[in-house]
Amino acid sequence: MSKNIVEDAAPLSDTAVEAEIRRLTRRSFATGAVGALLGGGAATWIATRGLEDGIQWPLRRVLRFNESVSQAIFGPQRLAPEFAPQLATDLRVNGRVGLMSAAAADNWSVHVTGVADRHIPLSAIRELPMHEMTTEFKCVEGWSRIVSWKGVRLADFLQKFGTPSQYVGMSTPIDGQDAQGNADRYYVGFDRPSAIHPQTLLCFEMNGQPLTEGHGAPLRLVSTVKYGYKCIKRLSVIDLTNDRPADYWAKRGYDWYGGH
Amino acid sequence: MKRLDAKHPRPIRWMHWFNVPLLFGMIWSGLLIYWANDVYRIGVGGTTLFHFFPEWFYSALGLDHRLAEGMAWHFALMWLLAINGLCYVSYLLLTGEWRHLAPDHRSPREAIEVMLHDLKLRKSAPPQGKFNAAQRIAYTGVILMGGGALVTGLAIYKPTQTAWLTSLLGGYEWVRWEHFWLALGFVAFFLVHVAQVIKTGWNNFRAMVTGYEVVKGEEPGHE
Repeated sequence: MSKNIVEDAAPLSDTAVEAEIRRLTRRSFATGAVGALLGGGAATWIATRGLEDGIQWPLRRVLRFNESVSQAIFGPQRLAPEFAPQLATDLRVNGRVGLMSAAAADNWSVHVTGVADRHIPLSAIRELPMHEMTTEFKCVEGWSRIVSWKGVRLADFLQKFGTPSQYVGMSTPIDGQDAQGNADRYYVGFDRPSAIHPQTLLCFEMNGQPLTEGHGAPLRLVSTVKYGYKCIKRLSVIDLTNDRPADYWAKRGYDWYGGH
Repeated sequence: MKRLDAKHPRPIRWMHWFNVPLLFGMIWSGLLIYWANDVYRIGVGGTTLFHFFPEWFYSALGLDHRLAEGMAWHFALMWLLAINGLCYVSYLLLTGEWRHLAPDHRSPREAIEVMLHDLKLRKSAPPQGKFNAAQRIAYTGVILMGGGALVTGLAIYKPTQTAWLTSLLGGYEWVRWEHFWLALGFVAFFLVHVAQVIKTGWNNFRAMVTGYEVVKGEEPGHE
């Protein structure tokens, strides 16, 4: 309607022009106000929803949606770039959850549970083909370091000692306790494609040295397709499951997938 | 004699205004993320002139200890910002509106003249179409920055899947830095843009709201 008046009709008097632009302005600001209310309302609605694992449930749904988009469009076996070992630097010990109980690295074994149930001694894991990689370790906080790792592929481990499952849950010792006697356990969940990625390693060594306690001795996970918070240290339990495993940081508002 | 001239098409106005809260949300959630590793600074050698950001900045705006929340919002709003941006660029290309925005070979020189005029160092401004040369450069630049933010964001978000892209942009560490400076660039654009809009006046601003501008002057052929 307004278009016709403005563009097609005979020239308007100055007063008519002023009246018309006032009408258009009122209308546009009214539309804008409705839009602002809707947008502000939507944001407020999201921000005030109940939490699902530490984050408003609509945002948790978006993270899940992003996960499915990633899995649909990306190649699960695509490799991260590797670097010359001389470029490797030291890595900060960024989290000690699950490492507080007194270490008992001797006679360490990995308990495979779920569809399988067996104890795998470290010596048996060491017999799998060893792989070395110098890759960029990326922390969710935003920093990264080039680090050299040596270990066996989780894919090889699962093939030899596991059975196919949709997910792989991993945990530090189930009965871990800190000095005060509080439960101290760290746990992560992996989707199968990420678990069997060729750069997902069960590591014995970092930068040419056996793992220190702070870096997860005697065995830790490292993956180039996940953030550092998925790379569990002091690995004690591998749970083969078709239910999405719980994940320490995903319960605290972070993305469960954390995929790169 | 006054008349109304159509200036900004409706889709442009909608997408322009949509962009305001989306960009704000991305910068806000980006700050929540950046806080967790706030390493950038302006400095010479070991001397820091300005650290992004001082503690008071985070505490005044309540930006600290909210990394998970920031990431969740950032990875939700990114879709809306990207879709809005792609629609905007497609619209410009399909309708030919890009011709009003794209700089040409005269633009660099004219933009300097526009700036001198704005600074009152020059009497006349060069002749212009819908936008002057400085606007053309600024608006085209900010669209390219939007593309840059999208690409660098993807390279940080999926650094293994888009490893070729991450490497092309200088590697993971550099891409994060680029993404950060693009965000600051948007803030700088916003401040200058708002200041210029205020300076130019109500009629110009109203055109981005209503689509029409009141123009003074004789209608040709109506003497």
